[in-house]
Amino acid sequence: MELVLSTAIGVMTGCGVWLILRPRTYQVIVGLSLLSYAVNLFIFGVGGVKTNVPPILVDGVPTSVLADPVPQALVLTAIVIGFATTALFLVVLLASRGLTGTDHVDGRNEPK
Amino acid sequence: MIGWAHHLIIAPILVPLVVAALLLFFDERQRVAKAMISLASTLILVAVSLALLRVESGPNDFDGVYLLGNWAAPFGIVLVLDALSALMLLLTALLSVAALVFSLARWHAVGAHFHTMFQLLLVGLNGAFLTGDLFNLFVFFEVMLAASYGLLLHGSGPLRVKAGMHYIAVNLAAALLFLIGVSLIYGTAGTLNMADLAARIPDIEPDRRMLMEAGAGVLGIAFLIKAGMWPLCFWLPTAYSAASAPVAGIFAIMSKLGIYVILRLTMLLFGDGPSAGFGSDVLLYGGIATIIFGTIGVLASQALGRLAGFSVLVSSGTLLMVLGINDGAISSGALLYLVSSTLTISAFFMLIELVERGQDAGAIVLAVTMEAYGDADEDEPEEGDGVTMPGTMAILGICFAACGILLSGLPPLSGFIAKFAMLSAMMGTGAIGVPPTAAVWVLVSLVILSGIAALISMTRAGIRTFWSSLEGTVPRVLVIEIVPVMFLLFLTLALTVQAGPAMQYMDTTIRSLSNPRIYIDAVRNAAAVPDYDGVSSTEAGAK
Repeated sequence: MELVLSTAIGVMTGCGVWLILRPRTYQVIVGLSLLSYAVNLFIFGVGGVKTNVPPILVDGVPTSVLADPVPQALVLTAIVIGFATTALFLVVLLASRGLTGTDHVDGRNEPK
Repeated sequence: MIGWAHHLIIAPILVPLVVAALLLFFDERQRVAKAMISLASTLILVAVSLALLRVESGPNDFDGVYLLGNWAAPFGIVLVLDALSALMLLLTALLSVAALVFSLARWHAVGAHFHTMFQLLLVGLNGAFLTGDLFNLFVFFEVMLAASYGLLLHGSGPLRVKAGMHYIAVNLAAALLFLIGVSLIYGTAGTLNMADLAARIPDIEPDRRMLMEAGAGVLGIAFLIKAGMWPLCFWLPTAYSAASAPVAGIFAIMSKLGIYVILRLTMLLFGDGPSAGFGSDVLLYGGIATIIFGTIGVLASQALGRLAGFSVLVSSGTLLMVLGINDGAISSGALLYLVSSTLTISAFFMLIELVERGQDAGAIVLAVTMEAYGDADEDEPEEGDGVTMPGTMAILGICFAACGILLSGLPPLSGFIAKFAMLSAMMGTGAIGVPPTAAVWVLVSLVILSGIAALISMTRAGIRTFWSSLEGTVPRVLVIEIVPVMFLLFLTLALTVQAGPAMQYMDTTIRSLSNPRIYIDAVRNAAAVPDYDGVSSTEAGAK
């Protein structure tokens, strides 16, 4: 379970970093999305990986079988904020595309 | 505890938030109403931050901890007002008034929702200065950034869209680093409350300490991107010079927000204990590299906008270097420098637009810039209505000279006093007979050289603009455009005249920062307000 999770985070981070270094705006935004998925999983992971455990305190149940609810709350906030800023970035990409006629991040077709 | 004053702590967040929402109900055509409401909000913020500064530095022990939702720390999120955050709040409010008044001449009308975004930017800034919780800091950072994306694009045009795209991409990546840092810290220390975190850091086992420090390092990178430390700063001059003048004027405080958070967290978390001095080498050498890079940039800049952008870097670099040294007396000089340079750069950004307005678009200077950085935007706003200022060139020239003096740190304005305070503390005037070491000489000469570079560059730009302009056209400048610039410059003058009390305040601030126990105890001991039946909600929860 831990191995799968960390591999997923690593692969997505690697792909994301590679993509945001590409010259096309579409690749950059996909890269940023992948990175934000990786970060969201990472936040989820710092609370400890547990299955079938509720994040609710119940009388008589020891806290060792309790999932930490804070990372879950954090990840929810991070998802919402990441989603909104990605949408905003997409609008800017479209504006840039409309103004320059190319989807190069520097607004030119051929690198100098 | 004074009841009303205590609730004032949340006003710098609530007032602009409510106003921003309210402004959405107005049609874009009701420009005057929007402008007045927005202006009223910023004036209220000035009054509130002045009141907060007064009660904070007042004789009676003011409790600056505000429990949101009435849950005691570390279970609930707290707002903490101390001397440093009160100072930053006041600085933000003053800049926002100047920038907003400036925008009323024409800029606020070139795009939709300018005032709403402006107010939301203030929400983010004030919230980030006040919050005592790391994740809450992230949220306020994002509020500020989201508003700044919109403001940077305000006025549109290919240049702004391109700069905005780079700016957004860099800041989205920085936000992800922020999240990684925060979650690593939470994973190792088990808390996000800054005061609680500071108290817990000494007790973290050595094998987890490394992970916590890694998290703090990643978190630091996110703030250093904002502050513009070399090599994380290449986006900054382009973005700031592409922004419209009033927006660039308020952006001047955003890079200082990065500095503020670094100052707060290093003093609080890494002041003493086993992790003491964590990251100070990075700040010191990074700051030095930033000063060098910024100085070269200042010398190389042909366009005034980029000159101002690189001045932001020089100012950030100087501050980061001082934070790296982490010495009480130098730091209080640096706080004065922070205030002075923010006011200067903000005034300079707004002045540039007025000065360049008179220049012919085909002038050599601009042609060089356009070739290198894309076409000039065609969407300049139409001429605004209002009283034109008499003696335009003379007043613009005086303001320009004042900016030059302030940027280069020459007497008699506050730039000199701030630099003098830093340099004399570095040289150690207190200990006569102890010669400063070679390292100190390097730092001192760097600060002085960056000032000389600013002087050379400003002189060159001034001669080109005022003495040898190709066309004899005098720009049409409205009174409400030059008044904000003069207001900010007047503040630096006031800071010069009142340098004694100002330095005293900075000294007190640094002293209280270097004793993190005050902050930690204040937050930990803040009791929840009792309910009507006399039981506080946390006690009730415990039952």
